[in-house]
Parts: sequence; structure tokens; C-alpha cells
Amino acid sequence: MKISVDQSKCCGSGMCVLTDPDLFDQSEEDGTVVLLVEHPDAAHEATAKEAASLCPASAITIS
Amino acid sequence: MTEVISEELPTTRQNPFDPPAEVTEIREKARISRLKFADGHLGWLVTGHHQVREILGSPKFSNEPERFHLLDKRFQGELPEEGSRRRSEPGMFLSQDPPDHTRLRKMLQGQFTVRRMNQLSEWIGGIVDDQLKHLRTFDGRADLVKEFALPVPSLVICALLGVDYDERHRFQEDTAKMLSLDSTFKEVMAALERIREFMRELIARKKANPGGDDMISDLLATGEPTDEEAANMAMLLLLAGHETTANMLGIGTFTLLEHPDQLKILKDEPEVIDNAVEELMRYLSIIHFGPMRSALEDVEIDGHLIKAGDSVLMHVPVANRDPEKFPGNPDELDLHRPASGHVAFGHGIHQCLGQQLARIEMRIAFTKLFQEFPDLRLDVAPEEVPLRTNMGIYGVHSLPVAWSS
Repeated sequence: MKISVDQSKCCGSGMCVLTDPDLFDQSEEDGTVVLLVEHPDAAHEATAKEAASLCPASAITIS
Repeated sequence: MTEVISEELPTTRQNPFDPPAEVTEIREKARISRLKFADGHLGWLVTGHHQVREILGSPKFSNEPERFHLLDKRFQGELPEEGSRRRSEPGMFLSQDPPDHTRLRKMLQGQFTVRRMNQLSEWIGGIVDDQLKHLRTFDGRADLVKEFALPVPSLVICALLGVDYDERHRFQEDTAKMLSLDSTFKEVMAALERIREFMRELIARKKANPGGDDMISDLLATGEPTDEEAANMAMLLLLAGHETTANMLGIGTFTLLEHPDQLKILKDEPEVIDNAVEELMRYLSIIHFGPMRSALEDVEIDGHLIKAGDSVLMHVPVANRDPEKFPGNPDELDLHRPASGHVAFGHGIHQCLGQQLARIEMRIAFTKLFQEFPDLRLDVAPEEVPLRTNMGIYGVHSLPVAWSS
């Protein structure tokens, strides 16, 4: 599994960090998404998918 | 396809906690249906969870109110003619589209991150503790809204923004006037202007005394917004920051007291609080209906052709009860239900900027309230609790409660 984020779409809702702070963080400056782990292990696959589906700005894609 | 057409939007609730049954019936017939607006426009009513998410997440829909057809009969004849309507005030990013919205929201996003909000937990806990001590000074009975639900988020947002809480009379009453469905258009605009003037004074004061440790001072220090933008941004944060959470705390407490089995879960399993907050948000939504959008181009959704210029009214309370998204019995409050994905904070680029703050405030406030007052109970019959049926944001006007310990 590979996670990609698009900072230009991100609206800083924080839903990804709320869902899995091991995978995502937010920039201190403008709150946009910072991807911590590009290839999550099996234990984080479900939360990665949930973060992608919860993102209000569709800024997270899973492939 | 046969279309379901509503002559007007049903708004009468049959009980305090559920949206109007007629709107639920509309969803059961058609998640996207037609709705007649007060100005004669045949627009759309969207009641399905998936469909609400799709529209709120789509750049093909605008959130600029000047594009909206008139839904509210109150304002008929009072609004400027279509086409000559004033654009959103500078800085009111909630009612703007990109790129203005993006530029302004970005100035604030860094202040509302999950990490920053988590760092406030202990401080918010202190405010809640103080307010519970205050509640205790009443002799076994009090109005929970006046003494707890409204003060907690007001104190929090005032401190965060650097607004003097002792000046709350300059925004609390006018906020109520703005949100009252009994106010005329002129009264709404006059109340708005008074709060705006208070915010202009605030911006002027902060510019004269730079370096304050608050969000508005930080915003001004960036040098990015104009004074007018900063005043409107501050107003938006102040209003959105106290009224919404206050109403969730008020009617949320009422809901828990009226669902003793669920309240018992919260007391027995304190770790359920994170999901309990999501479920209360899903279950209550606290807006009567909305938000609205206007199609910028022709869009086809579920076989319906929404034409450019059409107004689309989303119905968040009914969408949050959609069994396609929340299977089982979505009309029941169930603190164990996976409730994330509700649209009570909205969806898309306008999703609530302060949602992580609101979550923390609710988690701490509900937890501590029922820890400190385990035998909290209603002090009136449930049907006597005055409901905010006449306010844009739903909730309870007051919540008379009693306790003995």
C-alpha cells in the first residue's frame, strides 16, 4: 500500500491526524498535511484507508 | 425518472432529538429531490449522506450566498435584487469560494491543528473545572446552559482570540439576534454590524498593542490580512467558536439525560467518550437544515441533472441518519456505533475549521460534568425544556437541571 497526499488540496481539517497520528501530521505553519509514512505496515492499512475516506478535501489517495 | 417535489421544506420536529419526520420520508423516497424556494426557484433538496458528501466535496458547487436563491420567506422583498447583491464581506471565508477562501483559511489553519488543540486540553480542563465549581455554588439546581454550556466555549474562544470575556455582552446577545428566525432581515444586519464594530475596535486595539499571545495577534503579525478582513475573520471565529459548541453541550446533556442506558455507558466506560462525541454530533447535527450550495455548471448526480445556477439545499440532520451510511437503526443514539464520517462538521473545503477544538471541548466537558455531578437530572418534565426551534442553530434555550450530592 502506498499513501499519497496533495498539499494543494488540503484544507487543514486534521481528520487524518485524528484518525492515525502515526501516519499523518500537520504543518505548524498552515496546518496542511505532512505524510509521515508512505508505505504503511499491515497494522495501519485500515486507518490509512479511513483517513483517505474521511478527508474532506480528497487530498489523500491510496494505491 | 419521476421526481419527488416538495412545495416547501418541512421544519417542524415531532420530538426534541429527531429531524422532521417528513424530511426523513423524503429521503426514503429520493435522496435527491426537488424543492420549491421562496422566490419561486425549483431547486434541490439532498437528504442522502453519500450525495451530501459528493456535493459538499465538489468544486462544481459554490458557497457564495449571492448566488443562492431565496429559501427563507422572511427575507422576501428585503434582499437586494439578484445580480445587484453585495458580495460576501472581505474576510468572511466561510461564504467564499477559492481562491479567496483558500488564502484566508490558510492564514488560520496552523492555529487549529490537532496537535495545537491537544496542547490546550489541560487548560480547557481547568476552565471546565472552574465552571463546574461555579455550578456547585447553586443550591442543587441551575440552568445548565447559562451556568455551564454557554460559558465554557465562550471563555475558551475569548481567551484564544484575545477577546475580553467581560465584554461578552457585546457579542452574545447580538449573536442570538442574528440566529433568531424571528428577527427581520434589518435586525439581523444591525446585530451583525454591531458585532463587526466590536471586532474593528478589537483589531485596532491589537494593532496598537502588538505582540499579544492570542490568535488574532498572531494573525495580524503575519501582515497578510487587511484590517477589514481581520475583523471579519475574528468575528467568524468568535461566533462559530462559542454558539455551536454551547448548543452541543446543552442539547447533548439533555439527550444523555433522556437516554439513561447510553449515559450509563458513558459513566461505566469513560474511554467511549471520543466516539460518544462523534455519535452525539451525528445524532443531533444541531443545524435545522443546510448548508446550501449553488451549481457553477451542469452536474449529474445519481441520474439527476442539476443545472448551472440551481440552488441545492443539503439536509445534514437527515443525511446523518441515512441507513446506507449508518446501518442498523440510525435513528437510535448508540455510543458504541462507529459514528465517524458524519457530516455534522460539514464536508469539503469548508468543513469546520474549529472542529478539533470543538471535539476536545465536548470530550472534556461531558466527561467532567458527569463525573462531578453523577446524579445530574432534569429539573423539569422533558417536554418543558425550551427548544431552539426558532434559532438557526438548534439546541435548548435553557436546561433546568438538579443534583443532590
